[in-house]
Amino acid sequence: MAEHILLRHRDNKEISKLPTYRKGSGFSAFERAVTKLNPEEVTDIVFDSGLRGRGGAGFPTGLKWRFMDKNNWPHYVAVNADESEPGTFKDRELMESNPYQFLEGVMLCAYAVGCNDAYIYLRGEFWDLAHELDKHITKLHKEKLLGDQLFGTEYSLRIHTHLGAGAYICGEETAMLESLEGKLGQPRLRPPFPPSFGLFGKPTVVNNVETLANVPLILEKGAKWYRGFGTEKSPGTKIFSLSGNVMKPGNYELPLGTTFRELIFEHGGGLREGRSIKAIMPAGASSSLIVANDVALDTQMDYENVPNVGAMLGSASIIVIDDSVSMDWLINKTVHFFEHESCGKCTPCREGTYWMKNITERIHHGEAVWDDVLLLNDVATNIKGKCLCALGDFATEAVTSSIERFREDFETRVPQSRPKTEVKLSL
Amino acid sequence: MTEKIAVAVAENLINLTIDNREVSVPAGTLVVNAAKLAGIDIPVFCYHPKMEPVGMCRMCLVEIGRPAIDRASGKPLLNKDGSPQINFGPKLETGCTVPVSKGMVVRGYTEEVTEARKEVIEFLLTSHPLDCPICDKGGECPLQNLTMEHGPGQSRFIFDEKIDLAKNVPLGDLIFLDRERCIQCARCTRFQDEIVDDPVIGFSQRGRALEIITFSDPGFDSYWSGNTTDICPVGALTTTDFRFEARPWELQSHASICNHCSVGCNTTLNTRREAKSGGDEVIKRVMPRQNEQVNEIWICDKGRFAHHYTESPDRLTQPLIRKGDALEPATWDEALQLVGDKFKKSKGKFAALAGGRLTNEDFFNIQQVTAKLGGKALLDSQMAGGEMVAQVGVGQGTNLSDLRAGDVVLVIASDLEEEAPLHWLRIKQAAERGAQLIVANPRRTKLDQVAHRLIRYEYGQEAAVVHAMLDSFSPKRPDQPASVKQLLRDESVKAAAEDVQSATNLIVFYGSEGLDVAGSHTLASACANLLIATGHVGRSNNGLVAVWDKGNAQGAWDAGFATSVNLADDLAAAPNLYIVGADPVGDRPDLAETFEAAEFVVVQELFLTKTAQMADVVLPVLPYTEREGTYTNAERRVQRFYPAISPRPGARADFAIAAQIGLALGLELESKLASLAFEQLAARLPAYKDLTYGKLAETFEQWPIIGREDLYYGGTTYDNTQGLGVQPPSGAERGESPALSFEALTDPEKRKGLLAVPVTRLYDLGLTVTTSEILATHWEQPHIVLSPADAEKLGLELGAQATIKLNNMQSPVAARIDNRVPKGVVLVPRSVGLHIFGPAPIEVGA
Repeated sequence: MAEHILLRHRDNKEISKLPTYRKGSGFSAFERAVTKLNPEEVTDIVFDSGLRGRGGAGFPTGLKWRFMDKNNWPHYVAVNADESEPGTFKDRELMESNPYQFLEGVMLCAYAVGCNDAYIYLRGEFWDLAHELDKHITKLHKEKLLGDQLFGTEYSLRIHTHLGAGAYICGEETAMLESLEGKLGQPRLRPPFPPSFGLFGKPTVVNNVETLANVPLILEKGAKWYRGFGTEKSPGTKIFSLSGNVMKPGNYELPLGTTFRELIFEHGGGLREGRSIKAIMPAGASSSLIVANDVALDTQMDYENVPNVGAMLGSASIIVIDDSVSMDWLINKTVHFFEHESCGKCTPCREGTYWMKNITERIHHGEAVWDDVLLLNDVATNIKGKCLCALGDFATEAVTSSIERFREDFETRVPQSRPKTEVKLSL
Repeated sequence: MTEKIAVAVAENLINLTIDNREVSVPAGTLVVNAAKLAGIDIPVFCYHPKMEPVGMCRMCLVEIGRPAIDRASGKPLLNKDGSPQINFGPKLETGCTVPVSKGMVVRGYTEEVTEARKEVIEFLLTSHPLDCPICDKGGECPLQNLTMEHGPGQSRFIFDEKIDLAKNVPLGDLIFLDRERCIQCARCTRFQDEIVDDPVIGFSQRGRALEIITFSDPGFDSYWSGNTTDICPVGALTTTDFRFEARPWELQSHASICNHCSVGCNTTLNTRREAKSGGDEVIKRVMPRQNEQVNEIWICDKGRFAHHYTESPDRLTQPLIRKGDALEPATWDEALQLVGDKFKKSKGKFAALAGGRLTNEDFFNIQQVTAKLGGKALLDSQMAGGEMVAQVGVGQGTNLSDLRAGDVVLVIASDLEEEAPLHWLRIKQAAERGAQLIVANPRRTKLDQVAHRLIRYEYGQEAAVVHAMLDSFSPKRPDQPASVKQLLRDESVKAAAEDVQSATNLIVFYGSEGLDVAGSHTLASACANLLIATGHVGRSNNGLVAVWDKGNAQGAWDAGFATSVNLADDLAAAPNLYIVGADPVGDRPDLAETFEAAEFVVVQELFLTKTAQMADVVLPVLPYTEREGTYTNAERRVQRFYPAISPRPGARADFAIAAQIGLALGLELESKLASLAFEQLAARLPAYKDLTYGKLAETFEQWPIIGREDLYYGGTTYDNTQGLGVQPPSGAERGESPALSFEALTDPEKRKGLLAVPVTRLYDLGLTVTTSEILATHWEQPHIVLSPADAEKLGLELGAQATIKLNNMQSPVAARIDNRVPKGVVLVPRSVGLHIFGPAPIEVGA
């Protein structure tokens, strides 16, 4: 990118300082919104921009804001800064290095939905980051950008940070709300969805950090300008977190619709010498494994095209896997992760991830037979589509897709039949 | 069919198809319930019809299809044959979380659904220990039953990979947790949160490590804990009372009625004849029996665990006759002869004192004997007002579950959860449904948490509060004391009076907090006046409810008994005493003198109580578990209980003994069959006119459907096939027009020192509680409760030993400090050995 929309600190390091951010028209969008626009107008601009949620599902942001129940008050904004997906590390960089643009996004969202108290839910490991954000928030209060009766209007806004206690499930929006309420982090039944029944039972917008960081520039430069980036159905730029067997891992802000090939080989510097690309996980550990053939590499990374190669864009944490990796090792890792993180609320995920972990352990250590691979596939299939929240499904994506698409990795791991075990009878 | 359905007929019904059957249910019904109503089983573990759905266990996954709608026209799309086109979603849906909708098609029999059920069972069994042969739930276990019906039959899980978890975790001293068996359905935690508002247990950790823990100290500190074992769909939660005691299939079931308090919970007594009890039949456990008009499907822990007195080896089995200083065994003939002779000669100098746990048949026969002898029939109780309840008590068809927005409930002078736990629960639920709840009490109680309006008064002003409410909307009486005038200015009293005036239905509960018998009478009369003046008598869901101290106090009043305002004088005036099911000397040591001086004392009892020890004749009786009879509860519902175990030889039922005594007096009373005794009673008492044992045994379909084969659906609470009881018309409904009877009030006396007030505790030191060893740590020891200010003044610290002087008795007590207690007042629990019968001056020393 010639110039960044989100990772603007890469163009100007000083943007993390409030005076610098303000000099570059920072918070002018917020001031204009509060003093000149009504909330619906702000929502309309975001709706027109086509901005889609960057947390993974890609739901149209403006539409979500419109869903807020106008007959039930107060309204809340809860920012999902739990960033727990393995391979995802974009929100952290945004909040660390371009914090005011993120906070302005939170403030614009709050104004658009008539919220006076916005919450930022950060994963527990972000305690130092939360501390920094608190300092930024204090500065905004001093500059009268937060607080009561902003810019002489009746509008008031406070932002609160809240730390989780270390649970992947709290990145699921309703589990996050439960945790924010001080309860055990377990997902709620949906429907009702947060815009009608959210935090403390009140209408709540839950947005990802990156989603909101887009909003100030959309307001400043307009929906049409924003649609100049990306594709028609997936406008804008996206931060791709690139990791795995690649020379230059890191965050790359690129227009949606950029191909895997461009990201991995042009920006990411390709693979180590002598290695060839085997697979791609485009959405972290919750992702299906894409066979990295030419078709896949030339696929555009956006919400519509990634499904064509059998995966989802998700939070766009692109994990590159080279030919040194055996898939039985890889899924053993992902399944361990999900077994550790399953909240336990629903049966298939709680019991199934534990069972899968036992089987992948056996397979990886050469203690399994082919029936175990089939059993693993069966268990994963039985979890899929039957859980309370999406995380159960996530736990199975890598498993079923790798058994389907990288069958030979498993065939070489397991002997043809189970070694006979001696049965001792004792009376 | 059920109340819900009956209501729905008038409202909008939704038509849908479940398993190819047309079903019509009220809007808002969940798919699992719609199926249940149609007699179709959708298996569940976490869903319980009394609680909000959570969709956790995934057992109820079904295919749900909805009519396709043409977006442009908004009209349903049709197939070629004209039938509506049905769209099925890509995933199965949980029937417990989806409400029915018009034209919905539910399929619970397809291969996909069958597979899903098999899979969920398979998943659950990967962590379940399958120790059914040693599990208390085995035989009545939802998991066991549903595994047999839907499970895979063979395990693909390697047994060695099962996790070993703790199997004997005491959550409290009444409930044990087996962590291996728990399937994390959260029924127990949700029951404690949602239903009884004691959130003392919850989940800790996550995933497979998810575990039920207790947050309270002592553990699982709740009066409701036993219910969690009924709704637990596995053997994870068991009671200390029943665990490892018997297998469910060995148990006999007998319908009974709990008589600890006046709610009259329907119970089932499970019994077994067993070697370890010497071949005797014994009660193994007390289970709730469904009566949606009384206790729904719940009972409190006192009702569940305090039953062991009935099997005590200390029970009397032989009549005793005084010979000099000693009571010596005698035959029934000798004893009855002596009693008959002596009573015949009593010449009007006679009184009967009966306890509130006797049956209606007992009261009737005793009253007949007493009337024949021209004596007084006295009820041993701390409360009065039963004659008013008989007149203006809640009308026929009253069901606390019907109360909703627009209705008003006033609870005055009662710590309801301690005095009548199920009333507390059902009023809490009424308040949550929108009924306006007014709680008037001098101190904060648990009911306050759901009250819409609180009235705080000083002890002694109970009736004044009600008079002030009356005065605020009717011509003021000039002779009201200052306290009424002062309360008239109280905003909460004024607002409560407005609530009462605009109420659709009004029920007033009065309790015994801080009152003696006279105070109780004054309060009852004030409450009756309030109801009469506002026209809330003589119809269902309106009227007066006394929170009686015993299970059948109302039955006593109906049979002609009354509480004595001055028991010592009344007993002294009638030197021939017939004491039945009461221990006045044990309760009040100062009455010993009266009994010393009495001419002839007959005591009918289970045990050799303090009073019995002073008697001339002691006659052994049968507990309610070994005989049959009827009780009338606080809501005036007459309910029937059945014998659970064979009568212990030597003892007789109270009504039978009274009838046999009556024989000597020329009375023809029924002495054999309780049902015939009841017929005689019904013929004589207008309130019980036309009632028969047959009518009391009638049942009708209740919702939710529980018990039966599908234990999984509502838990192991028993289905009610033995009778829901009958609420006969009140006096007001029978056309007796109750008159306003105004009792002039006086202000409470000005006092200098501390005032002791009696309060009721669920687990007192009454004989029924102290014979149940498993409740030992719950027994209330002699204690007082005072305000932090008074404690500081007296130099008392929390838990310190103090000495009190109360009603001429000095006692050592533990001092508790509670900021809910008003200054200048000391709470003294009843029935823990302290000398408290009403408000009284008290001296407290360190």
